[in-house]
Amino acid sequence: MEHYSMNLTLKVWKQKNTKTKGHFETFQVKNISSEMSFLEMFDVLNEQLIAEGKEPIAFDHDCREGICGMCSMYINGRAHGPWHHTTTCQLHMREYKDGDTIVVEPWRANAFPVIKDLVVDRQAFDRIIQAGGYISANTGNAVDANSIPIEKHKADEAFAAAACIGCGACVAACPNASAMLFLSAKASHLALLPQGDPERKIRAVNMVEQMDKEGFGSCSNIGLCEASCPKGISLENIARLNREYLGAVFGEGGDNA
Amino acid sequence: MPLNSKIPQGELSQKWTTYKSTCKLVNPANKRQLEVIVIGTGLAGASAAASLGEMGYKVKTFCFQDSPRRAHSIAAQGGINAAKNYQNDGDSTYRLFYDTVKGGDYRSREGNVYRLAEVSANIIDQCVAQGVPFAREYGGLLSNRSFGGVQVQRTFYAAGQTGQQLLIGAYQALERQVALGNVTQYSRHEMLEVVIIDGKARGVIVRNLVTGELERHFGHAVLLCSGGYGNVFYLSTNAMGSNVTAAWKAHKSGAFFGNPCFTQIHPTCIPVSGDHQSKLTLMSESLRNDGRIWVPKKQGDTRKPNEIPVEERDYYLERRYPAFGNLVPRDVASRAAKERCDAGYGVGSSRQAVYLDFASAIERYGKIEAGKHGNHNPDAETVRQLGEEVVKEKYGNLFEMYEKITGEDPYKIPMRIYPAVHYTMGGLWVDYELMTTVPGLYALGEANFSDHGANRLGASALMQGLADGYFVIPYTLGNYLADDIRTKAIPTTHEAFEAAEKKVKERIETMMNIKGSESVESFHKRLGKIMWDKCGMARNAKGLAEAIEEIKALRKEFWANVRIPGEIKEYNPELDKAGRVADFLELGELMCKDALYRSESCGGHFREESQTEEGEALRKDDEFTLVAAWEYKGDSNFELHKEDLNYEVMHLTQRSYK
Repeated sequence: MEHYSMNLTLKVWKQKNTKTKGHFETFQVKNISSEMSFLEMFDVLNEQLIAEGKEPIAFDHDCREGICGMCSMYINGRAHGPWHHTTTCQLHMREYKDGDTIVVEPWRANAFPVIKDLVVDRQAFDRIIQAGGYISANTGNAVDANSIPIEKHKADEAFAAAACIGCGACVAACPNASAMLFLSAKASHLALLPQGDPERKIRAVNMVEQMDKEGFGSCSNIGLCEASCPKGISLENIARLNREYLGAVFGEGGDNA
Repeated sequence: MPLNSKIPQGELSQKWTTYKSTCKLVNPANKRQLEVIVIGTGLAGASAAASLGEMGYKVKTFCFQDSPRRAHSIAAQGGINAAKNYQNDGDSTYRLFYDTVKGGDYRSREGNVYRLAEVSANIIDQCVAQGVPFAREYGGLLSNRSFGGVQVQRTFYAAGQTGQQLLIGAYQALERQVALGNVTQYSRHEMLEVVIIDGKARGVIVRNLVTGELERHFGHAVLLCSGGYGNVFYLSTNAMGSNVTAAWKAHKSGAFFGNPCFTQIHPTCIPVSGDHQSKLTLMSESLRNDGRIWVPKKQGDTRKPNEIPVEERDYYLERRYPAFGNLVPRDVASRAAKERCDAGYGVGSSRQAVYLDFASAIERYGKIEAGKHGNHNPDAETVRQLGEEVVKEKYGNLFEMYEKITGEDPYKIPMRIYPAVHYTMGGLWVDYELMTTVPGLYALGEANFSDHGANRLGASALMQGLADGYFVIPYTLGNYLADDIRTKAIPTTHEAFEAAEKKVKERIETMMNIKGSESVESFHKRLGKIMWDKCGMARNAKGLAEAIEEIKALRKEFWANVRIPGEIKEYNPELDKAGRVADFLELGELMCKDALYRSESCGGHFREESQTEEGEALRKDDEFTLVAAWEYKGDSNFELHKEDLNYEVMHLTQRSYK
């Protein structure tokens, strides 16, 4: 592949802290290599700002290999930018060409207050897990792992739901800022496994209740969450959770699948 | 101070059982009065905090990320070893122990490694009980795969995301304890000092990274589960935030540092693409089963790989190591790639890369597949198509990841790879109970030095983190705290807390007031270059001595000219990073001193002066069958303490690959 360099205009959300109002600021970056990652382009911009005696732009990032879920930029109107099944850190600059303008915002949701610039507080997700996103198994005396055979397709399905990295792109992409894809992925992962079965119903009820308390919106089946998910978490999980929840709240039924 | 490893007496296989049966216990009512601080929430920290919370201790966890679930354990791809022998291929606790000690080139403790092998099977049981979705066979039972350096299939995995699934399992167990009120969790907090009272670790000073405020927290004991220090090299496969700060502060407060120079450099990573590279990404070692490694025979050849005829390619591993070819061990493959690139034969825009080419494998598999379909005279296009399908089945997800990062299709163009810093076997010195030389201060997981000797085997890091957290510390911590049940919580107004906080505050203020002209990032890069060039894959006395002086000079420059924007009392990632780089600037010097002292080659530590005629690592067992544990004595001063390694069961032999 031919490499090239480009000059870009960036319109980036700047916000001092949770209490103050934010605004867009415009920056120019020059000689960006098409081989860089999107976050490396931000590294260049920040080094430039520091050299000019200005404050760099705060953004969350850590593993830079698409698995920790820390990076969280809303790029030209899309959570994690234009690439399918890709986190911001894995988006590369060959997507762009010389002269492009790129608008970068933080995740926007009442439940994710901005800490600074592009950094948001996602502890609401931890609290949803605390409400029931686990199997109550103390350390120490678990039975032999192979004494619980699990059908391969169920194990695969549980794994597909468990692949969620908790980045919050689903919330950012949703016009209602709903956390249903995140929540349902965890509920599905655990409910699909025999070990998670005993707590299935109470888990669904408690996690949904916590989600409402945190101020996330309701799900109206738009599907932008699935479209923006870097790990391809399926909307089917939401349908499964809904059956589970209704079964738990109204008594009979619920999904055994 | 004599180093006492506290390995229990008796036969190797009975040591841990004996320990567990005789160690002191703490009754439930007393546990509720005992407070434990856990720094870091990766596999070691999250599993320890969850287990201790379940037992009834009052636990506080701290992590610098925005959630405990982000810790870098999450990035481990391949799997986790356990001596389950589900495949009936002759595996056993002893065999896992044997492979691990040998893989570590005979520089680890027999007692520790045997315990690790012993509890490995319980880890898998525990994880399955928590709902970790390991890969399964059609019969519903767990699947295993092979990994490097062993002859059995003992690696459990969850696609290419084993670390993520294990960490989420431990994280969920931790969150359950948070909900039950047994654990209080602090995210976006960084530990900046250990508080020591009457010779015992009794708390920490942490900085709230959102507000910039310093906080004091008391604990009857402090557990450091803060990971490794590979980022001292600037470029590594570690996460951007991975750092040595917690371990380094502990070191400066009296905890000895064990074998700091032992670093693992992984041969197959996606290479640096330019000066702006921020981190390196691993490509699984399994690719070397089918890929052939080569560089052009001509120096500085700028032709595209497919334009270079076979006779103008140097398949240097096959040339130098005809017996093992492309499957030489990690350290050999890494050093050979560096040698070719240093000599001017590297490829890609940075010239710091070699090709890993699948064309031969695609052709070979294609012909076999065609033959299976009865086509014994297939055309080239059919062969290519069929061959690509086989390669996709085996390595599809890795090829996809490579393409995302580089924009090149590795089915058509050879991959470019280069070695990268991956893991640090060295770390805080701990005894059998995982306690450092400071009473009440423990180190778990990659933060300690204990189990991997001079080289870690693949799929063993996850095993060690969880062994320490789920199965070792719950016993050994009780043995210490049993004597502490009469100690009331010490108020954080105690003068030791005052003094520790003052020290942290002054250091931060000094750093902020420098107001120089060079960014933190720039200093980190310069340190990384010194470390990589002179304390990297191959080391020699001259280079190490130079590096020590260069690092000292760079440190001086840092404290005179670093520029940190923003304020102290706000969210300021540049300030956080500055503190970490300042610590790396001290650690780097110790690593070089340790590498200089250890004039033998062993595992990942290769001293050019100590090699066999064939260029392999040559150990000096008479002189160096020991742990080098360094005590901090003030500015640039480190005193060496030696812990002799006694091999009662294993026989030391020189590794040979030819």
